[in-house]
Amino acid sequence: MLNWLRRPKHGRISRRDIPAGLWVKCSRCGAAVYHRDLERALKVCPKCGWHHRLGAEERLSITLDEHSFEEMDANLASGDPLRFDGYREKLSEARANTGNADAAIVGVGGIEGYRTAVGALDFAFMGGSMGSVVGEKITRVAERALQDRLPLVIFSASGGARMQEGALSLMQLAKTSAAVGRLHEAHLPYLSVMCDPTTGGVTASFAFQGDVIIAEPGALIGFAGRRVIEQTIRRKLPERFQTAEFCLEHGLIDMVVPRPELRGVLARLLRFFGAPRAVAPEPAAAAPDGEAQPAPGEPGGPEVACP
Amino acid sequence: MTRALPERDRAAEARAAEMEARLAGIQREIDALRRRSEKDKPDAVEQIRVLEARGEELRESMLSIRTAWQAVALARHPQRPKAQEFVRALLDEFTELHGDRLFRDDPAMLAGLGWFEGQPAVAVAPCKGRDTRENIACNFGMPYPEGYRKALRAMRLAEKFGYPVLSIVDTPAAFPGDAAEERGQAEAIARNIGEMTRLRVPVLVVITGEGGSGGALAIAVGDAVLMLEHAVYTVIPPEGCAAILWHDAGRAREAASALRLTAQEIAALGVVDEIIPEPSGGAHLDSQAAIAAVREALRPRMTALSNLPVEELLRRRYAKYRAIGYHEEQS
Ligand SMILES: [Zn+2]
Repeated sequence: MLNWLRRPKHGRISRRDIPAGLWVKCSRCGAAVYHRDLERALKVCPKCGWHHRLGAEERLSITLDEHSFEEMDANLASGDPLRFDGYREKLSEARANTGNADAAIVGVGGIEGYRTAVGALDFAFMGGSMGSVVGEKITRVAERALQDRLPLVIFSASGGARMQEGALSLMQLAKTSAAVGRLHEAHLPYLSVMCDPTTGGVTASFAFQGDVIIAEPGALIGFAGRRVIEQTIRRKLPERFQTAEFCLEHGLIDMVVPRPELRGVLARLLRFFGAPRAVAPEPAAAAPDGEAQPAPGEPGGPEVACP
Repeated sequence: MTRALPERDRAAEARAAEMEARLAGIQREIDALRRRSEKDKPDAVEQIRVLEARGEELRESMLSIRTAWQAVALARHPQRPKAQEFVRALLDEFTELHGDRLFRDDPAMLAGLGWFEGQPAVAVAPCKGRDTRENIACNFGMPYPEGYRKALRAMRLAEKFGYPVLSIVDTPAAFPGDAAEERGQAEAIARNIGEMTRLRVPVLVVITGEGGSGGALAIAVGDAVLMLEHAVYTVIPPEGCAAILWHDAGRAREAASALRLTAQEIAALGVVDEIIPEPSGGAHLDSQAAIAAVREALRPRMTALSNLPVEELLRRRYAKYRAIGYHEEQS
C-alpha cells in the first residue's frame, strides 16, 4: 500500500493546519484562538463564527458515529486520460498534502445510529474538483444506497469540474445525476450539504439534486465564479452575493445550519424519511421471559431498511 | 471505462502555430502597404498581390494540419449555421413555444414542435445571432435559468406524448450573470441533467458548434449524441482554462490543445457516439450541405431508438453514462 493511502483513524480533527504553537489566527477575523478551543468548536471561530473549511476526513469524523464508518473504494485514483501537462504532478502533490487518493471519501456510516451511505468532498485536494474518480465514487456510493436501501448524505466542497480531465469531467455531471436520480425513483432520501465552497459543476449536478439541501453558514455557493460574473456585468458584486444566506433568501436551498447543529439536523431528517437505525437509541428493553432482545438493526436483531 | 488518449502531436501543433504566426505577419505587411498613400502605385499593387498569394498558399497547407484552435475558430465562426437554423430546417411545420411559465421567455433558448421525416418531435436549441444586433437580442447564445426551464418544459411535453426530443447544441456557456445566479442557474442545469438521464422518450443530441460546459450539457444528455466534425465540446472555455492555469487568457490556443476538445478526441473519449462530416472547409461554406448531413445521420438513429422499449432505452442510457470515466486502482 502506498503511503498516501494510509491515513489516521477517524474520530479526531487533524492538526495539519495548526502550527507548532498553541494559538492559531482566524483567517477571517484575525483573532488569535487557542487551537484546542477551535477544535472543540468544530473549527468554528469562537470570535466571529466563521466556519473554517474541513477536510473530508474531518467532516466525516465530526458527523459520523465513532467507529461506524466503513470506507468504500479507497483505492480509486485518478489517471491522466488526456495526458494533460502537469496533471500527474498536481495529483501527487495533492495526495502528499491531504493523505487521500483523490478529492472524495465515500462509504457507509452511522449518524446518531441511522445507517447511511455517505460521501464528502475534500476542497484541499485540487479544490475538491470532480474528475472521473470523484464522479465514480459519488456514483458508486449512490448505487450502494440503492442496493442496500440506505439514505444518502453528501457533503460538497468543490470548485467544480476538474479541467485536467476535460469532457470526461463534464460527463461526471451526467453520471452522478443519473445515479442520484435512481434514488428518487426508489423513494430513498438524499440529503445534500453544501460546505464552503460549492460551485461550478458540482452545484450543476448532485449538490443541487438533494431532497433537502442544507448549507453551512457563510458558505460560498454558486454556479459561475465571482470574477467571471463581475467581468460580464461590469459591476462589483455585493459582499454577500452567492453566500449560503443569499441562496436561502433566493429560495435555492432549504436551510442554513451551523456546524454544531448539523449532525442533529441530519439525524432528525433521516428519521423523518424513514431511514433504518442500526443502533437502538436506548438499551434494549428486557423481554417478558427475561431475555434481552436485540434492537432492530443490531446484530441478531430484525433487518431494517428504508421502506 | 474510457481509454486514455494518445499523446498530442506536439510537432504538428508547433508547425501550425508557426504557420499562423507567418500568416499574421503577411497580413500585417499587406495592411501596412494598403495604409500607405502610394498604395495605388503599380509596384505596391504587385507587392500586395504576391503577399496575398503567399498567404493563400499558407492557408491551403494549414488545412492539412488540424489543430484544436482551428476547430475552436470554426465552431465559433460567425457564418456557421446556427442551432435554430438546423431546427427550422430539420423539422417541418415548426411551431415555436415560449416561456418557462415561471419567470419569462428566454430568447437565448429555442423550443418547439415539428415533424422530422414524418415523425412528430420536440426540439430545443440555444440561439446565437448572425450579427451584433441579433447577438445582443439572444444574449450570444448564453441561456438564463429560464431558458433551461423552458427547454425542460418542452422535453416534458415530448415525454407526455411519447415523442422523441431533438437537441441541437451550440452555446459558449450558461450566462454568467448575477440575475442568472439569483434565479438558480446551477439548479436549473442540475435539474435538466437529472431529468434528461431518465426522460422516458428517445433523446437525440447534435453538438453543431460550441459545446460549452454545463450550459451545453443541460440540453445534451441523450441516447445518441452526435457531433459535427469541427464542433468543440469542453468543460471550460480555452480562455478560462488558460487564465486559471497560466494567469494568461492569451494562451487559449495552448489550452485548447490540452483540453482535447475536438470532435475526434471527444469521440475517442467515448463522450459522443458519432462524428458527422462537414462540407470541405467547414459548415459555414455550405449550410445546406451541413444540415443535410445532420439529417442523414439522425434518420437511422431516430428510427432505431424509437423502436426500443422504454425500459431498455433507459437501461442503455444509464449504462452509457455509467461507463464514462477513467481511473486507476491502487493496490
Ligand atoms: Zn474569526
